[in-house]
Amino acid sequence: MLIFERSREGRSAGAQQVETRSAIEALAPEMEAFLRAEPAKLPEVSELEVVRHYTNLSAKNFAIDRQFYPLGSCTMKYNPRGAAAAANLAGFSNRHPLAPEAQSQGYLACLYELQGYLRDLTGMKAVSLTPMAGAQGEFAGVAMIRAYHQKRGDHERVEILVPEAAHGTNPATAVMCGFVVREIPVTEDGDVDLAALKAVVGPRTAGLMMTNPSTCGVFERQIAEIAETVHEAGGLLYYDGANLNAILGKVRPGDMGFDVLHMNLHKTFATPHGGGGPGSGPVGVSERLLPFLPTPTVGKSSTGEYRWLTEKDLPDTIGRLSGFMGNAAILLRAYAYARLLGGAGMERVGAFATLNANYLAKRLTEVGFDLAFPNRRATHEFIVTLAKQAKHHQVTAMDVAKRLLDYGVHAPTTYFPLLIPECLLIEPTETESKAEIDGFVEAMARIAEEIGAEPDRVRSAPHTLPVTRLDDVKAARDLDLAWTDEVVSA
Amino acid sequence: MPFIPHTEAEQTAMLEVIGVPTIEALFDEIPPALRAGALTELPEGISEMALMQLMSKRARQDEVELCFLGAGAYEHHIPAAVWDLANRGEFLTAYTPYQAEASQGTLQLIYEFQTMIARLTGMEVANASVYDGATALAEAMLMAVRANKSNKSKKIVVAGNLNPRYLAVCRSIVTNQGLELESLPIDSSSGTVSTDDLSALTDAAALVISYPNFFGGLDPVDGLTDAAAAAGALVIGVVNPTAMALLRPPGCWGERGADIVVGEGQPLGIPLASGGPYLGFMCCRKAYVRQMPGRIIGRTLDQTGQPGYALTLQAREQHIRRGKATSNICTNQGLLVTAATIYLSLLGDEGLKRVALQSHTGMKELTTKASSIEGVKPRFTGPVFHEQVLSLPVSAAAVVAVMARQGVLPGLPLDEMGLSMPDCLLVNVTETKTSEDIARFTRGLAAAIEEVASAC
Repeated sequence: MLIFERSREGRSAGAQQVETRSAIEALAPEMEAFLRAEPAKLPEVSELEVVRHYTNLSAKNFAIDRQFYPLGSCTMKYNPRGAAAAANLAGFSNRHPLAPEAQSQGYLACLYELQGYLRDLTGMKAVSLTPMAGAQGEFAGVAMIRAYHQKRGDHERVEILVPEAAHGTNPATAVMCGFVVREIPVTEDGDVDLAALKAVVGPRTAGLMMTNPSTCGVFERQIAEIAETVHEAGGLLYYDGANLNAILGKVRPGDMGFDVLHMNLHKTFATPHGGGGPGSGPVGVSERLLPFLPTPTVGKSSTGEYRWLTEKDLPDTIGRLSGFMGNAAILLRAYAYARLLGGAGMERVGAFATLNANYLAKRLTEVGFDLAFPNRRATHEFIVTLAKQAKHHQVTAMDVAKRLLDYGVHAPTTYFPLLIPECLLIEPTETESKAEIDGFVEAMARIAEEIGAEPDRVRSAPHTLPVTRLDDVKAARDLDLAWTDEVVSA
Repeated sequence: MPFIPHTEAEQTAMLEVIGVPTIEALFDEIPPALRAGALTELPEGISEMALMQLMSKRARQDEVELCFLGAGAYEHHIPAAVWDLANRGEFLTAYTPYQAEASQGTLQLIYEFQTMIARLTGMEVANASVYDGATALAEAMLMAVRANKSNKSKKIVVAGNLNPRYLAVCRSIVTNQGLELESLPIDSSSGTVSTDDLSALTDAAALVISYPNFFGGLDPVDGLTDAAAAAGALVIGVVNPTAMALLRPPGCWGERGADIVVGEGQPLGIPLASGGPYLGFMCCRKAYVRQMPGRIIGRTLDQTGQPGYALTLQAREQHIRRGKATSNICTNQGLLVTAATIYLSLLGDEGLKRVALQSHTGMKELTTKASSIEGVKPRFTGPVFHEQVLSLPVSAAAVVAVMARQGVLPGLPLDEMGLSMPDCLLVNVTETKTSEDIARFTRGLAAAIEEVASAC
C-alpha cells in the first residue's frame, strides 16, 4: 500500500504543524499574484502511520546490516556506527556550508587531514574532496586531462581509450567531457591487449581510463608498460578507484604511473550506500595536473589556521562541481573511519579482502563452479561463469542470483563485465567472517544440486520475497512513474 | 583488528584451503617494483571512544547560537521521526535496487518521492534525484539541448539573478559539451529579470528562471515563460521546494507551464551538514522523460499480477548505453530521498504551507525591524519569499565578523559570491527563528554597525 492510499482528508501529524504569526489571508496584497491555487496533494497521515509505513517498507529491503551482500565492484562492507555518530555530532550537523572560516576550524581540520591520508594511500601529489560520487570524480579527472592538454595548446587529443571490460561510467564520462571513446580489447587472461593498445595510441590520445585490479577481478600485470606506452604517446593515465579496496597498503596508483584518479569513499572508506547514494568521489592528481584541481580544497596558513582554497588560489581550476563542498558529512565519516583504522588497519583491509575472495573462489570451485580466470589470483573479487549450467540446464546467471535471495543472501553483480558469458562478480569484503562465507558456499552448492534436480525452481526464483519477478517490459512500456489516484475522502 | 572478524585459527584454515603459506603470497601477481612502502601520513588507529572525544571537541569549535545564513541551504526544523527512520540499517546499508525483489522498500519509497515532487512542482514526472540542486541544473541544461527539437541551439539563457554558485557549477560541467551560457540582465531596483529586452531568447535552447531568485525575490514567471515558449526555448525552473507550498508551481507558469524543473531538496528534512549530502530533484513533462538523466522508478506487476516497483527506462543509463547514455551519473541520493519522503509525509500540504508562511512572515518581521536602524534598508523593491538583501551603511563582511564572535551568523556578505555589492548582506529567516531571535539579530546588527563605523 502506498502512503497516498493511507491518506484521509483532514488528518495530519499534528505535532509537525508549526505555529504561525498570521494567517495566509493576512499576507501583503503584493503576494496575491504569486500564490498557489491548489494544494499539492501530499499525503494526509498521522505520525504513527508514517512511522509504521516506512518501518514496514524498510523490512522489504536486503541490506548489509541484515544479509551477506557480495555485490561485486560495490564493496558492501560493514559501515561502522562510530563513524556515523562522529559525523552526526551537532556542531557538524548544524554547520551552515557558508559559515565563516573562523567558525569552521573543527570541520576544516578534519578535511585537511583527510586530504593528507588520501594522498598517502594513493601516492598522489594532491587531493580535492569535492566530487560527490565516483562518476563525478571521473568527470573531474577527465575534465582535468582535457584542461591539461588545452593549456598546452595540444588541441588534437580528442580520444579517450577505455578497456572493453570497463565500468559504463568510463565511456559515459569521456563523452560528457567532450571526448570520443575508443575501446581496447582484453585478452583471455583478463589483461589489457597490449598490442591492440599500441596500435591505437598516438597523437589523438588524450588519455587512458583504467581500473586496477581490473573489472575482471585480476591485477593488471603489465601496468608499468601500459603507463609507459600511453605517456610516450603524450597521453595521461586515469585510475578508476572502484577497486581500491583490493590494494590498500599494497600498491599505490601513483607508483603505478597514474596521473589522476578518483576514490569511492562509499566503498573503500565504508560510508553507507544509503539505498543508492550518497557516494563520495575525491580525486587525486600528480604534479602536472595539480593546477586544474576542482575547487574548493582546504589549505593551512603559516599561523596554523585552516582556510578554503578557491579560484583565487587555483586560477586554472576546472571549477566547482557542487553548490557547496561535495558530500561533506560523508567526508567526515571517511575521516572517522581512517582514524579508527589507522595506517596498519588500512593495510589489513586489502589483505583480508583478498584472503576472503581467494578463499571463497577456491571453495566455489570445490563445489563445481567455474571461475572465469582460473589461472589467476583473485583480488578482492572474482568472476564465476555459469556458461556450463546455461548450456546444459538452461539456467542463467540471473536465475542463480534470484535463487540466492531465497537463501537469504544478496545476489552478486550479474552480467558484468559484459564480455564474460553468464557471469557473477563476487566480492565478499574483509568484514565478513569465515562462517558467513561458508554459508554462502553451502547455498551455492544447494543451488547447484537444484539446477540438476529441479531447474524450474531456480528459473522461477525468488519464491520467498514480497514480490516475484517483476515485469520490466511492462514497466517501460506502460510508464507509471507517479501515483494518480485522488485522495480518499473521509 | 577493527571490523575484521578473523581469528588466527580461521586465517590458517583459509590459507590452507587456498594453498598458500601467507596472505602476503596472494599478492604475488603485483610486480615487486611497484609495491608500496609504509604509509607515512596516517596516524595509528584509535578506539571509538577516543574518536568521539576528538570529534566532539572539533564539532564544538564550530557551534554557533543563531544562524541567518541561507543562499541555497536552509535551517528548517527536522521532525524527530525523519532520521530515526532514515537511519534504519535496512535503508542506510542497502545499495542500488538492482535486485528489485530484494529492494521493494527502497523502490516503493522512491516511487512515492517521485509522486510527491511531481505534485509539489506541478509537473508530470520526476526522477529519483541527482547529487544536488546545482548539478541538477547542469543536467537540466544538457537535457534541454537534447529535448528541444525546435532548434539545434546549444545556447542557454540564464536569469541574471541565479545563485552564482549554480552558474559556476553549470559552467564547469556543460561547457565541456560546447554549451554556451548567456546571462539575462536584471533590473537594478527590483533585482528581478528585466522583461524589456528578451531578444537573447531568440535561438536559445532554454531559459533558466530561478524562483525565488538568489536575492529572495519573485520574478515575472508568467511573462518569461510565455516569451520563452514563443521564441522556441524550453523553460527550466529552479525552485525552492518549501516555497512550492505557498507559491504557484512551475507547472502552472504562463500559458503552458515550465518544461523542466529542478531544485535543491535540502530544505525537506536534510541537515545543513556543511553542504551535503543533499539531493537535487528533477522533473519534466512526460514527453521528455526519455531525455531525463538519473534513475527512474516505475510501478509494474510481478508474475502473480501483484503490483511492484522496478528501475525503468534503463536504456538511458550508463551501465547499459555506456558512451551514448544521457549522463554518466550512476547513483541517486537514496538516503536523502528517504529523509525527504518521510519529511513530506509528516508535514503534508498544511504543515509545509505553515513552514513556508512562518518563514515568509518572519523575514518580513526582520526586514521591518532591521530597517529601523539608520542606514539599513532592503536593497531591492518587491516581494520576497524568505530571503532578503539588506544594504548596510558599512562593510557587510566586517559586520559578520563582529556578530559571529557573539555567536550569531547574520547572513552572507554578497561580495563573497563574487558580486560587487560590498555593503549588502543576504539574510534568511525560517520557521525556526522566533521573534526573540529576530530581536537579537536586530540588536546585534545595530551594535555591530556602530562598532565597525567607529573603527573606520
